[in-house]
Amino acid sequence: MAVDMNMNILIVDDYKTMLRIISNLLKQLGFKNIEEATDGSEALRKLREGHFGLVISDWNMAPMTGLQLLKEVRADAKLKPLPFIMVTAESKTENVVEAKTAGVSNYIVKPFNAETLKTKLVSVLGQF
Amino acid sequence: MVKLTPPAHQTGLQQQIGAALAEAREPLSRDQVSEIIRQVMGSVEGDIAATDAKFYREIEALARYIRTAKLEIAAIRPKDITSEHIPTATDQLDAVVGSTEEATNKIMDECDVISAIAGGLPPEQGEKLTASVTRIFEACNFQDLTGQRITKVVGALKHIEQKIASLMVALGEEIGAPPPVPEESDPEKKLLNGPQMPGQGVSQDDIDRLFD
Repeated sequence: MAVDMNMNILIVDDYKTMLRIISNLLKQLGFKNIEEATDGSEALRKLREGHFGLVISDWNMAPMTGLQLLKEVRADAKLKPLPFIMVTAESKTENVVEAKTAGVSNYIVKPFNAETLKTKLVSVLGQF
Repeated sequence: MVKLTPPAHQTGLQQQIGAALAEAREPLSRDQVSEIIRQVMGSVEGDIAATDAKFYREIEALARYIRTAKLEIAAIRPKDITSEHIPTATDQLDAVVGSTEEATNKIMDECDVISAIAGGLPPEQGEKLTASVTRIFEACNFQDLTGQRITKVVGALKHIEQKIASLMVALGEEIGAPPPVPEESDPEKKLLNGPQMPGQGVSQDDIDRLFD
């Protein structure tokens, strides 16, 4: 099934510059509808109010971290199947294991490049 | 009825016990009691005096050690560390985060301008330019990582600040009087203050006015 390039994508990061970087890279890959949130609780509110096809989230944010957001998403019957990619500087094995246990779809370690982002998107969404 | 006779060695032992008991029943003379008490007291007093001396020596050494430690702590001016050095360091680090963020955003603003121009170019040139802009965006990752690392350093500095403040409370007022700091003799070094915090230095306009 072809990837819907018009799907809503929510990117979550407390650094405005990182939101801008990811947003620009996604646009260059052809995605058109990108929304932003600066922590997990804002993201969760947007996810419950809207209709999204993908979440790309940082881990280390306050008051709600990316991991907490992931757990909330997986515990929500409506949001449960939503693809969720973690993009974070937390690169210890225990972090990746914890995120995987919580149900993350894929994991990108910062700093990353456009090629890595595209590869992970393809593995989660399918070829586009 | 048969009468049993105890063995010879058992009879000897009983005799010895009997003799000891008889001796113990003999009252000691006053002189004998006095001599025993004198010997015991002399022995006990001697031991306590030796132990005390060793104990006092150790307490004295410990007191000297604490006095020296307090002087050394006073010499590093702990009040300056908590009231000046660490706050300055954290402010400077916050300024680094702020200025790199500002610079990164300006770089990305210009990337957006270049991307718009690339859209109007012939496809081959436009694609090359877009690929170049993508690499600039990728490189801008550094700002996020720099910010996170600096935030960790600021956290560590604040922890040190708290520990020093606790140490000052524990050691009391004696460390509050640091030795005077010798004034910088090189006048040029006095001028080397590095970049100023936003709003603290003079602006280029202020400088230009000095040259008008």
